[in-house]
Amino acid sequence: MEKKIALSMRGITKRFGSVVANHNVDLDVYEGEILSILGENGCGKTTLMNMISGIYFPDEGKIYKDNKEVVIRSPKDAFDLRIGMIHQHFKLVDLFTAAENIVLGIDEKGQHNLKAVNSRVSQIAEKYGFHIDPQKKIYDMSVSEKQTVEIIKVLYRGADILILDEPTAVLTPQEIDRLFTVLRRMKEDGKSIIIITHKLHEVLSVSDRVAILRKGEHIATVDTCDATESSLTEMMVGKKVTLDIDRSEPVNVQPRLEVKNLTCIDKEGLHVVKDVSFTANSGEILGIAGIAGSGQRELLEAIAGLQPIASGQIIFTNPKKNKPVTFFHKSMKRVKELAAKDAFHDKEGKPMRLKGMSNGQIKAQVEAGNVLFREDEIMNLRGKTPLEIRSLGVRLSFVPEDRLGMGLVGSMGITDNMMLRSYRKGHAGFVDRKKPRELAEDIIKELEVSTPGVNTPVRRLSGGNVQKVLVGREIAFAPKVLMAAYPVRGLDINSSYTIYNLLNKQKENGVAVIFVGEDLDVLLALCDRIMVINSGAVTGIVDARSATKEEIGLMMTQTDTAAKEAAQ
Amino acid sequence: MSEQKKTSVHEPLFHLAKRTNVNPLRATLIRIAAIVLGLVVCGLVAFLLIEKLNQNPGKIGDFYNCFIKGSFSTERKLWKFLKNMAVLQCISLAVTPAFRMRFWNIGAEGQTLMGVLGAITMAFYFGGKVPEWQLLIMMFIAALIYGAVWAVIPALFKAKWNTNETLFTLMMNYVATYVVSYFLVIWVPSGSSTLGKLKYGKLPPLPFGNQYLLIILIVLVLTVLLYVYLKYTQQGYEISVVGESVRTAQYSGINVQKVIIRTMVVSGLLCGVAGYLIGSGLDQSVTTESVGGQGFTAIIVSWLANFNPIMMIVTSGLISFLNSGAAQISQDFNVSGALPDVIVGIILFFIIGCEFFINYKFVFRKSAGKEAAK
Repeated sequence: MEKKIALSMRGITKRFGSVVANHNVDLDVYEGEILSILGENGCGKTTLMNMISGIYFPDEGKIYKDNKEVVIRSPKDAFDLRIGMIHQHFKLVDLFTAAENIVLGIDEKGQHNLKAVNSRVSQIAEKYGFHIDPQKKIYDMSVSEKQTVEIIKVLYRGADILILDEPTAVLTPQEIDRLFTVLRRMKEDGKSIIIITHKLHEVLSVSDRVAILRKGEHIATVDTCDATESSLTEMMVGKKVTLDIDRSEPVNVQPRLEVKNLTCIDKEGLHVVKDVSFTANSGEILGIAGIAGSGQRELLEAIAGLQPIASGQIIFTNPKKNKPVTFFHKSMKRVKELAAKDAFHDKEGKPMRLKGMSNGQIKAQVEAGNVLFREDEIMNLRGKTPLEIRSLGVRLSFVPEDRLGMGLVGSMGITDNMMLRSYRKGHAGFVDRKKPRELAEDIIKELEVSTPGVNTPVRRLSGGNVQKVLVGREIAFAPKVLMAAYPVRGLDINSSYTIYNLLNKQKENGVAVIFVGEDLDVLLALCDRIMVINSGAVTGIVDARSATKEEIGLMMTQTDTAAKEAAQ
Repeated sequence: MSEQKKTSVHEPLFHLAKRTNVNPLRATLIRIAAIVLGLVVCGLVAFLLIEKLNQNPGKIGDFYNCFIKGSFSTERKLWKFLKNMAVLQCISLAVTPAFRMRFWNIGAEGQTLMGVLGAITMAFYFGGKVPEWQLLIMMFIAALIYGAVWAVIPALFKAKWNTNETLFTLMMNYVATYVVSYFLVIWVPSGSSTLGKLKYGKLPPLPFGNQYLLIILIVLVLTVLLYVYLKYTQQGYEISVVGESVRTAQYSGINVQKVIIRTMVVSGLLCGVAGYLIGSGLDQSVTTESVGGQGFTAIIVSWLANFNPIMMIVTSGLISFLNSGAAQISQDFNVSGALPDVIVGIILFFIIGCEFFINYKFVFRKSAGKEAAK
């Protein structure tokens, strides 16, 4: 049976300044099919879809709906043409119910007859197999429920072309399966569905055809049945890349950071981190899996001294045994304190109490390397500010989730961003830009950061390059513990692998790496152990070499019901 | 073909696109063009207004002559222009550290006024009782303290309770005005509430050069110092980080509250210096109008210079030039004192409006372009 073309694009070009986001793209969408748009980040997938849904206007090219040329100037035009887009970031009013959100902005009779609306919403839900309570408020909803509301919102307006921008990024495997079932039913109903994603296995499992974009250009559209993961990857990145992450066996594993019964309460009084205990070992990558917003951010921030802690301990073990004391991070006062606690011995193993010595003599002894630590230094980081943690000599690096809002200063160049960690080292209150500049140049060279110069504001760099700058700086700090939250989010495959390799290298250097990730395939391939958290609590720590995705997915959701039962 | 034309009608005539890479040369050219255009419009408006109000309007060229005459016709006027510029520059320097921290301090007016009050209080009570040089030092220190205290109060509230600094600093301006009124009532029992020129506590001019030279040099030195402070010191770096993102500042171990308070103290101290220059260097008196709105004008100066102290020399010069030129026009053509405000307003409108054209461009629809080409 010949399928009807629902929508087609011819010669679509969109430029942003000198950047060409889409160049001469031709694309057809048939009725009753699921089309995946696949491509690396920054290849113009979302831009292309935004032009169909009326958010951007193409510079060149034409769009045809049902073989008629159309002009889409606004989202309203798109709706009138029965095109609806479900954005990555939901656009819902938290205080409204599902039904109220769904009818919001529709200008028609009976819009305020909520009873009729509710029944129509339920009808749609039933038809396609959604589970939704039209009277539930958005703030009570899980991410997956919110997404359902967004989809029904579009269906309610009678859309027959649905565009979903990375719909699976925030869902658990079980929720993804449910979503795909719904999408298949919609397809059977004759709707055209376009999915933007860069997860290959999802593309293969759900779509009928795949359109591949690379650097803004349409490379090919293939039938999914003829495609394999490697053939798609090849088209996506232009050259063959191995999808395997090199995972070495951990060596010399020792406890480095021990978190005991950590609980954090946020401003609203919610327990964002609940009684979390785990140990991060040197020479190992500890993965943290969980649905976005389950307390991963708060946990890492609590360790870094950025989040108030309600109870619990954070014990850091500094591997100092038999290593000479330096003044690098320690003041004379601190050295004396430690000496009084019998923390030092000399080269022969005799205790060094430094009693009766003048500051000058102590300095001479320390500089001669005669003062050695008797034991590993064990410190509790609870309640310490980031600055205090650093002045204790704890080399804790943190790659936060919000790169430009927390890890870097967007308006500053790479050099000035390097100084965030080290600007206090200058003399007499002045900053020293020489070393940060050298570091910036090293990072640009070694990590292949593409930037016009060391002083170009990092905001202007692409996501991958921004992340390289941030990770590069944190690694240059020679950390003992490296925490990275979603370090590959929004990065293309090549940049992601650069980051994985950097983390692996740190692990081999004996760093305790904590990796918060969202892609379970990556977590399973990269980490040694995976801690699963749900609603702020740990639901288990598994061996990444033997665990399965389904197992972890279940752990990501299971306490949800348990917690609800406990509450009742 | 005809069908295509029909649909293209739906396409908007033009749409706005953000410029991703702003060419500095181009930006400068746009700014100069805006000023020129502003001056042309000003000339026309002023010409029409003067023609209506005055029997003897003269030629339109007179308007520009007069404008330039305001600042440059005589040596005395030139020095006066430079002095006005220096005072404005000093207050602009004062607001800059806070602005770079995204702390919207619009209380420079009150902080400077308190600086004037501080200096004059010393001169009023101790003038003639202590040696003159000692009095000058006391006046200077009092001006600094008054200015800094007035600035640090909103900063403390912001740091501790996250109050809105814009409203707070604005309100503090009114409080400052009333504090000055209060002292004037006490000091001048006659009821006129006008304090005459004090005999003591005049900042002596340099032994050479113009009487205003010392003030101008002080401000010049402060400009360079502030530039260095913001660009090359650790504190200046902290200000930039806090201004960009409080979360990044916390992440890098910066004590944000401390930086907010410290920076506002710096702002207040600079306002105190400006107050001292006005009180001891120029007026030897204080009124509620001692600062005369320059605390607000300084915000525009600082902003137009993109918070760069060196660039501020250009912008404060420009604003001072506009002010004295416009004042000259109202004097020469014998028209209402509101005309200068109209003229300055028009030019500022063009200067600030041109920023839009620097950051955005118009993209006209293709068909229109093609038809135009044919």
